[in-house]
Amino acid sequence: MNPELLTPGGANVRAVHDAFHGDLLEVSMGPHHPSTHGVFRMIVTLDGERIVKLKPVFGYLHRNHEKLGETVSYLGSMPYTDRLDYLSAMTNNWAYAIAVEKLAGQPVPERAEYVRVILAELTRLLNHTCLAGFLMQDCGCSGTPLMYAFREREKILDLFESLSGSRMMCNYQRFGGCRVDPTPAWVDATRTLVGNYGAFLDEFEALLTGNEIIMARTQGVGVLSAALAINAGVTGPMLRATGVASDLRKSDAYGVYPRFQFRVPLGAHGDVYDRYMVRVLEMRESIRILEQALAGLPGGPIMDPKAKLRGFRPKAGEAYGRIEGPKGEIGFYLVSDGGPNPLRYRVRPPSFINLTVLEDMCLGQTVADAVIILGSVDIVLGEVDR
Amino acid sequence: MLGSGLLQGLAVTAKNFVGSFHDPARYTTVEYPEVKPALPEAYRNFPFLVSENATDPMGTLRCVACQICEKECPPQCIYIEKSKDKKPDAAGKPQIYPAIFAIDTSVCMSCQICVEVCPFDAIKMDQVFEIATTTRFEALLLNREQLAKPNSYYHGIHPTEAAEVDARLAADRKAAEEKAQAAAAAKAAAAAAAAAKAASPAPKAPDESRRSPQGEGGPPTPKPQSERGAVS
Repeated sequence: MNPELLTPGGANVRAVHDAFHGDLLEVSMGPHHPSTHGVFRMIVTLDGERIVKLKPVFGYLHRNHEKLGETVSYLGSMPYTDRLDYLSAMTNNWAYAIAVEKLAGQPVPERAEYVRVILAELTRLLNHTCLAGFLMQDCGCSGTPLMYAFREREKILDLFESLSGSRMMCNYQRFGGCRVDPTPAWVDATRTLVGNYGAFLDEFEALLTGNEIIMARTQGVGVLSAALAINAGVTGPMLRATGVASDLRKSDAYGVYPRFQFRVPLGAHGDVYDRYMVRVLEMRESIRILEQALAGLPGGPIMDPKAKLRGFRPKAGEAYGRIEGPKGEIGFYLVSDGGPNPLRYRVRPPSFINLTVLEDMCLGQTVADAVIILGSVDIVLGEVDR
Repeated sequence: MLGSGLLQGLAVTAKNFVGSFHDPARYTTVEYPEVKPALPEAYRNFPFLVSENATDPMGTLRCVACQICEKECPPQCIYIEKSKDKKPDAAGKPQIYPAIFAIDTSVCMSCQICVEVCPFDAIKMDQVFEIATTTRFEALLLNREQLAKPNSYYHGIHPTEAAEVDARLAADRKAAEEKAQAAAAAKAAAAAAAAAKAASPAPKAPDESRRSPQGEGGPPTPKPQSERGAVS
């Protein structure tokens, strides 16, 4: 290209167009960009407005989580799991607790199982509400849906705080139960919140679901095929939005989930709108589970009396514990050599694996679509980078 | 009709806009420095050391420098040095005390594991969150004197939990006293029996023989110190 073409007065629009025609433009989105949900970077190669190549770059928030897990005791890793997906500390705690309980053959009292289900479903409400708000923010609904979502999120965080002492870094589950027994007042407050949540979802849906602009913006964008989703190991709402009925709560039937009646919502197109819709419908089902769990909450101990806190050394072996987190299958793989620390500690982070199909969803779409496709994947960089 | 969803959404925003002025439940803003937020009882941020007596905090620390919290702390923010000498604790038993007990609050992640693993209920979580400083290092490294707070303060911030802890400690102390008394009685009885045996080969008094097996084993305690992982 001749640089003289760009000098003022000397430029001829037609000549500039001809000079650039067919050139690809490489744009670095992030890591310091609000649309990337944290320190995530996409190197996008554009042909005009269309994406022809997308290279995700991450690791900016790498904290050596897995190696750290091998240097601290089993209990010491529990607060670190809060910091993986920091929106859903309770489900991270639970998945890790299940892995260690499998390793040590530790039973869990019934009351603790119920409390775990209640907290996991509250986490799902919280996560999906926030995701819907963030996604709308990415679409350009600046503020309103996100503020509504955060208003409700705050109520759930207040419940977490009054139970565990911290809004987000709960550190609540223990091997063989839960740390604190919820008081009747807490259970009543949860019942009130669950009772009101349906009305909030009605309002939220009235604002968003039928909105023509949102439909035009999200339908048919970022389509993911079921075959690719399965091959890439995508889990959670991302997978269900493609129409694959896969839910660990049904297929693994861990905890006390088999006792509850609920449906698994599925999408049909695998586009951004379906991913939003599946999450909204999942929240409706979560409310059903919460109502049943709160009605059936039994008495009894919250911790197994034989559970060991200090000097916890599970026998040599390996275990993989997984649950259906709000973002997908969150799993912990542990290898024990009989010592106080795990020999190997591995996390299966759902949002990291869901992120691997990002390029396939973005190819042929516009730059602005890349932002909402990334938003619909629902990533938390604490978990992606670990 | 195209656009009806849009109008429906606008109705929701209008309702919320008006509602945020008229519904007291929607006044969510707390005018922070003037109005302090109401903290839930369970709220925690950084640890502090419990001392029995407000007038002599250093002399009545519950901590016996067993260093379990130092070992268990995931981010390794606790540093303890044991004392060379022993000082009597609240029950009058001579105990090692922490010559240095420092917590680096810039490293602490408020996980509460030190509180859970402490067998002596000596370290608890504080609720003071206004700890901004102008330096990054010295001011955030809290030493023994800054960390020590009386039990009454603990009762003020976590009343339910503190009452449970006090009841448990009292039960432990009572059990220990009873055990010591029973042991002393058994010892005295054994000495008396030995003396009596030496003087004359008469049979033992029935009340003494009944008491002695109990004295050796001790009465069943609600939560013996050994089970809670005491370190000698």
